Amino acid sequence: MLPVGYYVGLSAILFTIGAMGVLIRRNSIVIFMSVELMLNAANLAFVAFARAYGAMSGQIFVFFVMTVAAAEVAVGLALIVAIFNTKQSIDVDQMNSMKG
Amino acid sequence: MFLSEAASSGPQFFYLVPWVVFIPVIGLLTNILFGARLGEKAVGAIASIAAGLSFVVAVLLMISLVGHPEGEVVPLLDWITIDELKIRWAFQVDTLSVVMMLVVAGVGTLIHIYAVGYMHEDVRHNDDPKRFRRFFVYLNLFIAAMMVLVSSDNYMMLFVGWEGVGLCSYLLIGFWFEKGENGIGNSLAAKKAFITNRIGDFGFILAALTMFGVFRTFEFDRVFAQAPEIATAFPLAILMITLFMLLGVTGKSAQLPLYVWLPDAMAGPTPVSALIHAATMVTAGVYLVARSAPLYVLVPIAQSTVAWVGGLTALFAATIAVAQFDIKKVLAYSTISQLGFMVAAVGMGAFTAGMFHLVAHAFFKALLFLSAGSVILGVERGLHHVEHDPSLKKKLKGQEHHFDAQDMRNMGGLRTRMNTTFWVYLIGALALAGIPPLAGFWSKDEILAEAMLLNRPVYILLAVAAFFTAFYMGRQILLVFFGDSRSVPTAHAEESPPLITVPLIILAGLTVLGGLLNLPGIHTFGHWLEHTIKIEEAVQEIHIGEAAAAAGFNPVVAITSTVVALVAIGIAWYLYSRRYQEQQNLPVTRRPDDPLRAILGPVFTLLENKYWVDELYRAVILNPYASLSRFLADTIDWRFWHDWFHDKVLYNGYQALTRVLAVQIDLGVIDAIANGLGTASQRLAGRMRLLQTGNVRSYALSVFIGVVLILGYLLILR
Repeated sequence: MLPVGYYVGLSAILFTIGAMGVLIRRNSIVIFMSVELMLNAANLAFVAFARAYGAMSGQIFVFFVMTVAAAEVAVGLALIVAIFNTKQSIDVDQMNSMKG
Repeated sequence: MFLSEAASSGPQFFYLVPWVVFIPVIGLLTNILFGARLGEKAVGAIASIAAGLSFVVAVLLMISLVGHPEGEVVPLLDWITIDELKIRWAFQVDTLSVVMMLVVAGVGTLIHIYAVGYMHEDVRHNDDPKRFRRFFVYLNLFIAAMMVLVSSDNYMMLFVGWEGVGLCSYLLIGFWFEKGENGIGNSLAAKKAFITNRIGDFGFILAALTMFGVFRTFEFDRVFAQAPEIATAFPLAILMITLFMLLGVTGKSAQLPLYVWLPDAMAGPTPVSALIHAATMVTAGVYLVARSAPLYVLVPIAQSTVAWVGGLTALFAATIAVAQFDIKKVLAYSTISQLGFMVAAVGMGAFTAGMFHLVAHAFFKALLFLSAGSVILGVERGLHHVEHDPSLKKKLKGQEHHFDAQDMRNMGGLRTRMNTTFWVYLIGALALAGIPPLAGFWSKDEILAEAMLLNRPVYILLAVAAFFTAFYMGRQILLVFFGDSRSVPTAHAEESPPLITVPLIILAGLTVLGGLLNLPGIHTFGHWLEHTIKIEEAVQEIHIGEAAAAAGFNPVVAITSTVVALVAIGIAWYLYSRRYQEQQNLPVTRRPDDPLRAILGPVFTLLENKYWVDELYRAVILNPYASLSRFLADTIDWRFWHDWFHDKVLYNGYQALTRVLAVQIDLGVIDAIANGLGTASQRLAGRMRLLQTGNVRSYALSVFIGVVLILGYLLILR
């Protein structure tokens, strides 16, 4: 069995890729996907530790995360559609009307 | 005499003594509450009966004292109890206090009865019949206060009575307070009496406080018991007490230098002059000295001071009386002079003689004043008659506005028109002049005899005063009753009704018989008082040995004084009967108003103006005092305190303080803090808003950096 460090390393890589995607990309769909990527990186870490420690709670938590992520996708996509309807763009840099 | 022989048994009514005070109080309360509805007669009757019942109680006490001459102290209630200061309300019944009670209530009752008649007319002459009741309320109040004074067993209760009679005196002098000179004369006289008495009372208070300081009590018995031993320990304290007390005596008994109020006190209705300012209240000082005899005998300096004050007053006032024209003023100065005799007597240690003269004087001076009142009323009746008779009114022209019913120059020839008044007046005047066998002769003679032995210079003063006394009384009788009437109203004067003349006749009887009280050789009165003033003989022995004990009658002195009196009356007769009648025929411009003026010249003016003592007091005391108070009021109080301190210093200071508080503290500090916080947060917010770029990715970056920092801290630093 692979040691847990590999899983966690992969999870970290995925999370970093997701985080960079959120910070760097301007397309809201891509940012959205990067967020999902970070969630899944976290899920991977949960599952890896649950397996390693033989504890079920981590695995159950993953189900919760996936459920919330699904709900989030629904809300998020709806927002993006609404934004596109008003701005004719999904570029996040265009969405700065909250500027102080 | 018979007192010492009497067995110590017999009826005993000492417990009745509070009623000598309560009965007049009940009388005055009845008159206050119901008098308005009862009418004049009932008011007068209630007041007179109250005084009369007081007299009955006093008589019962006297009867009891015959059996128990040592007397008794009847406690009524505790008045003040503060630590060791215990003052109780207790009545001292002894021979001295009962003598005073008898005089006060006895003469008082007669004067009440007289006043019923007198005030009936007086209130009508003065157009205010409603004031009748007030007069009798005051009169009863006076009897009550005087009884407190003479019956107390301690100096504080005595002081209550002392002040009470002062108050009554004030109220009654100012009875017609809206009358008199410029409509204020009477109230000024009342004020003068009160304030002058206050000066004396100040002395009394000082004496009482010193006494408490040394004796730790105010009760007579305890003070006198300790007196000899205190006198050796603190001789100065006793001297201070007696001299301060003398100041009180000079105030109340009208002695030099505080006598000035008594002549002005004649502004009161005549019964008041008789009762308060001649017979009773003014003798309070004499009573006080006689009561304090055990203290006075310990300090010869105080004794001789008192004697000298009395002697000088006697002579001083007698000379003034010679040149007065107001019938009551003559009697007023005569009263001062006679009080001088009494004070001199008690000062010398001749307490019995002083008290005897007090009693005799109460009789004949009350008689004289009341008769003078009868004369005044008679003349006023004449004036009334003239004013309502057109044919007579013409004659009065020119003098009706300033006709003075009390001026002896307007009188004359009243002998036939007021027969009863004349005879009683004559008896009173002869008694005052010291003609035997009237009361005044015996009492005055006893004083002179004692003075001869005890204090020769004072004897000379008193003998000269006795000469003047006989002279001015002769002058008064001759001016008022003899010759022809010198004014129209006097020619129509009428005799007074029986209500007025009957008390006069009774007093005249007392004046004739008063001498029997203490006839030489028998000394009823002297033995009576011995039970209280035991000290006398012992002191006389100290001073002049055994001889004085048998004194009291000295044929040489008696004959001398009688001769002196007769000579004085003879001179008066020559001047005022012969000379004066001759001068009446001169034309008005060259006619002197008094033959003595032609002889004495400026001296007469000096006497007529009372040595200008009032003016002297005004210049030396009153005016500086008034200027001082004006200075204090106008300059210190008004200009300094009010105008400067309050209006300038306080006002401006407060304004400046509020300005500092409002501008510097409130605006400068408190508001500035609040505003500063406001602007500071505004400015901070202005900077902070720049952080809100609206750029989602930079927000995300800051979240990321935050997470990295928190995780870094958690993972690395911990």
